[in-house]
Amino acid sequence: MSTSGSTWLVLGATSPVSRAFALVAGEHGAGVVLAGRDTEALEATAADLKVRTGEPVHVLRLDAEEIAKHDKFVEDCLALRDGTLNVFLAFGVMPDQEAIDSNFDLAFRTMNVNYVGAVSILSRLAPILEEQQGGRIIVLGSTAGDRGRLKNYVYGSSKAGLHTYLQGLRARLSRSGVSVTTVKPGFVDTSMTWGQSLKLPAANPQRLAQACWRLAEKGADVAYYPWFWKPIMTLIKLIPERVAKRVRF
Amino acid sequence: MEITGWGRTRRAQVLAARPESAQEVLAALADVGDNTVIVHAGGRSYGDVALNDGGKVVLTGRLNRFLDFNEETLDLVCEPGVTFGDVLEVFGPRGYLFPVSPGTAYTTIGGAVASDLHGKNHEFAGSFGNHVQWMDLALPSGEVCRVSRTNDPELFTATIGGLGLTGFMLRVCFRMMRVPSTDMIVQERRAPDLDAFITAFEAHRQEATYSVGWIDGLARSGRLGRGIIETGELAEPPSDDRKERRHLAVPFDFPKRALNRTTVGWFNTLYYRRVPQGGRTRRVPIGRYLYPLDSVLRWNRVYGRQGFHQFQCVLPNEAAPHGLHSILKTVVESKAMPFLGVIKTFGSDGLGYLSFPLRGYTLALDFPHKDEDTIRVLRTLHEITAEHGGRVYLAKDSALTPEMFRRMYPRHGDYRSVLERVDPNQLFSSDLSRRLRIRE
Repeated sequence: MSTSGSTWLVLGATSPVSRAFALVAGEHGAGVVLAGRDTEALEATAADLKVRTGEPVHVLRLDAEEIAKHDKFVEDCLALRDGTLNVFLAFGVMPDQEAIDSNFDLAFRTMNVNYVGAVSILSRLAPILEEQQGGRIIVLGSTAGDRGRLKNYVYGSSKAGLHTYLQGLRARLSRSGVSVTTVKPGFVDTSMTWGQSLKLPAANPQRLAQACWRLAEKGADVAYYPWFWKPIMTLIKLIPERVAKRVRF
Repeated sequence: MEITGWGRTRRAQVLAARPESAQEVLAALADVGDNTVIVHAGGRSYGDVALNDGGKVVLTGRLNRFLDFNEETLDLVCEPGVTFGDVLEVFGPRGYLFPVSPGTAYTTIGGAVASDLHGKNHEFAGSFGNHVQWMDLALPSGEVCRVSRTNDPELFTATIGGLGLTGFMLRVCFRMMRVPSTDMIVQERRAPDLDAFITAFEAHRQEATYSVGWIDGLARSGRLGRGIIETGELAEPPSDDRKERRHLAVPFDFPKRALNRTTVGWFNTLYYRRVPQGGRTRRVPIGRYLYPLDSVLRWNRVYGRQGFHQFQCVLPNEAAPHGLHSILKTVVESKAMPFLGVIKTFGSDGLGYLSFPLRGYTLALDFPHKDEDTIRVLRTLHEITAEHGGRVYLAKDSALTPEMFRRMYPRHGDYRSVLERVDPNQLFSSDLSRRLRIRE
């Protein structure tokens, strides 16, 4: 039994942001279910969470691409639910755009994991939260989804699709008292950005996770992290197409 | 990226991997190829023990999970990047603590094993290696094995104090201890000169659990070796729930002349006088007692861009009074200018082949780096140390010669044999191992 009578389902739990979020949830008395492909790494994270928070932690295998297994996955989550079920979705892949340009399989995978997989899981979880008449969903989108850019357009398009889907999901679930929060980080300091020289600082995963928690508590709709990405993306979205298509960014 | 030792006299350009799981560590090691690699953890070693200029390093920053804590045996299993600060934060309030602690909370458990580090309570508690139960070591060959006193004892003995050259510790199991509260009762007394210091230590070392002495490195002649001796005991409950002191950070490198004889002299005199003539006793949170310098983040910048060297030696009991006099006299007469001097006692020898502790006295001094002269003074101090049968701490060293290393560490041959067995192709290599020609 978790102290606070709630469970957070953390999807894509090997990400350091997810790990940090799971810790924040546990510190607030919630039970946690860690879901991802690398169950060995997840067991280590689960052990750490149990030592630190003393709250119940479970590990489930989830592959975003294996759509056929998503029903069973959701069943297993229900069995582990303790109190209110909430969802934190942070899985995604970001292959190098140049590599994608020469290999469609990578594009296919990017879309399948980031968009199709996310929609598949969320659509199956939606009725459960509707029935609960409460709960929170928080999803990591990306500033890359705000505009298709030369350097990142397949990844960007998968996130753009996700953002639009979440807008509709938000409308649907708000009628049942469930909040859907889209967080759009810029660069985050994870293995996705490791080794790259970035023009702007990469966000710290622990601080991003804490910001996500606060946003979820408030039931926020859409938020950029850190704040400075909002004015940047607002400007970028305003650039006329005939100019944008010539910029190498 | 560029990494440096804490003293910032040595810098290295390296390719760094930052694995997030044990699998990723193995992948990073397999990826080294024709290059060499060393582990770089907390970055609190002063010299070049965790640097590998032109090569690769594996960072432990994301490998900081607790894996298991057994409340009966007090065995804690964790990943190597867990820091002493993490352990204090999570377990202190529950009434448990590490048996040995260094002077900074940012050091990692992996680093603690690799340097067989010691604390202010060495007399009875020994050094960190004494409390290690086992390690899961990822060997240069790619194999992972659990090493302990009974399973491959030579590899165990080589890894304790082994400077990270035997492989990558994926997990470490060490025994914690129970503490009645998170406070200490600390007694401070003045010691007007070195003889008074030694007398005071001899009187207290068998009784006090924690003890340390702060030495004024600039005091001359009659006041040579004056300072403050501090002894501490864990306090009974209730813990003082004082607010965490806010961290200041040194925002820039201090200009070259900020630390000179005058300013350092003032500081040292003030420091000596803050303890009244008759001494004083205080109740202090454990974090404040163990980690006084951590409250100023990046304090190493006070030494400016040129950085500083730390000299730390240990001298066996009988030779200590004479050796310490000789060292302090040399330092005071030279142009070197130690800011901070620390003296402690050790109760036993370290168990690793390259462990630093010997039953006796240990002295640590910081020297701002000026020029070749600084190195010359350091080498003179090394000579004095070796003459008195002592040795220099490798985790802090930046100036030892290969010959001096062999003279001070008689078990280096046994150590090298183990390395030849587990790492025949010298996959693991550091700036220090090459400087001291450990593999030759």
